[in-house]
Amino acid sequence: MSQERIWQRFTFAERLSRFAVFLGFAVALSVSLRTVEIIPEFLLDAPTQIADLLKRMWPMDLAYYPEGIHHAMMETLHIASLGTLLCIILAVPVGILGANNIVRQPLLNWLSKLILVSSRSVNTLVWALLFVAVFGPGALAGTICIAFRSVGFVGKLFAEALEESDPGPIEALQASGAPWLSIFLKGYWPQVAPAFWGIFLFRWDINVRESAVIGLVGAGGIGMVLDTSLNLFFWDRVSVILLSIFTVVILAELLVTAIRKRII
Amino acid sequence: MSQQPVSPVRSLRVDRLYKEYTAGKPILSDISFEVSSKSSVAIIGPSGTGKSTLIRCVNKLIPPTSGTIYVSGENITDLHGAQLRRARRKIGMVFQEFNLVERLTVMENVLCGRLGYVSPLRAWLRRYPKTDIDMAFNLLESIGLIDFTRQRADSLSGGQRQRVGIARAIMQEPHVLLADEPTSSLDPKTSVEIMELLVSLTETHQIPLIINIHDVELAKRFTTRIIGIARGGIVFDGPPSELSNDHLQDIYGGENWLQ
Repeated sequence: MSQERIWQRFTFAERLSRFAVFLGFAVALSVSLRTVEIIPEFLLDAPTQIADLLKRMWPMDLAYYPEGIHHAMMETLHIASLGTLLCIILAVPVGILGANNIVRQPLLNWLSKLILVSSRSVNTLVWALLFVAVFGPGALAGTICIAFRSVGFVGKLFAEALEESDPGPIEALQASGAPWLSIFLKGYWPQVAPAFWGIFLFRWDINVRESAVIGLVGAGGIGMVLDTSLNLFFWDRVSVILLSIFTVVILAELLVTAIRKRII
Repeated sequence: MSQQPVSPVRSLRVDRLYKEYTAGKPILSDISFEVSSKSSVAIIGPSGTGKSTLIRCVNKLIPPTSGTIYVSGENITDLHGAQLRRARRKIGMVFQEFNLVERLTVMENVLCGRLGYVSPLRAWLRRYPKTDIDMAFNLLESIGLIDFTRQRADSLSGGQRQRVGIARAIMQEPHVLLADEPTSSLDPKTSVEIMELLVSLTETHQIPLIINIHDVELAKRFTTRIIGIARGGIVFDGPPSELSNDHLQDIYGGENWLQ
């Protein structure tokens, strides 16, 4: 009766497999370190290079902001806002198509998934390169790029919010003989509205940051000014551009947080 | 109180209704009954006998396998699309979990009962016809929630929510009112109040009432007729006074619980 009882969190086989996983990680790390081919001289040189860069960036050429940066910065904000609006127009129908509690057609659900995944699987810069090729360099290419890139994100989250909505009120409206559009407007929409506006603001916030980058490949906005300054080694201008991007991103973040608090 | 009978008489007739989820295993078999104006019927039976299924077969939220359903004489069994929606307007429904749209106001929830009549555009713009709004105000007054018109549904208590649910169903001007366990989420006192409200509102509006309920005492107290369902079929149909312990044993099984 009074046998000694032993308790161990893991069985012998489990411990063995855990050790195998650790071993695998260690091997992968050492192999990848060899492929990166770090050149020791360049690595040791890095602090000196950074110090040199910072020295060139200071003092900042603040006078350049009104003449060269402000216009581009406004263009960036316009690209972000218009792109987000366009994305919403595209994403709402695709999201509804993807919600399997609203559209009970697996083929259509699958089609929506295909659209959403292809939007997300292509990087912003690649979308930008594509649309610069189509529309030529400038803000139009940037706006379309931002919209196409965001559809996947907004559409997926909107579809998920729709799928999570409570079926009870929907059943009640169905029982009252309401047509589909009324059920959507009075049953689904009130349930998903806070999520929808949350997604919208969050995506706008992301798009402000993304649209600052796409100018590097010619899709308009502050990125184009940054690219020019980098190519001409105007480091004191680069620092002003980086500072203004940083400021705008922080302000956008603060604004979004304040609005979200009010609507939810 | 002698009132002129409303013509045609509001009624529901269920004729030889069968429902099977898997072929050959009917959950409801050969259910037939008829109710007409100013009568309240309780459907009792153990959990899982298909009381909810029966009620949802009536308005075809769940399609019946076979059988016929008549609402005020109209056969609605084979209707689809817009015709089915028009038929559903005549069938009001009250739910166990109230099923209100939580983020809408009390008034908007009550007006949701008119969505079968009002176009989506008008509903979206909140331009409901004046008569609908008057009817909603009158109903809110009679259920005692006139001061809560502008409050959101999720700020109400359970009993208040069920009142709103009942008002929403009456707004449809239905020819029959189905209530699926309307008191199961409520405390005993509130349950009695909700039963009183259901019976009195359906009496004044001359709407036949059918209630799924598992509380036999409440059923006996508030309804004029009881239908007992067990093993998929009707095993009792009569006034509460005739419902004996033998019948209850037959419906629910066992006997110790009756002592």
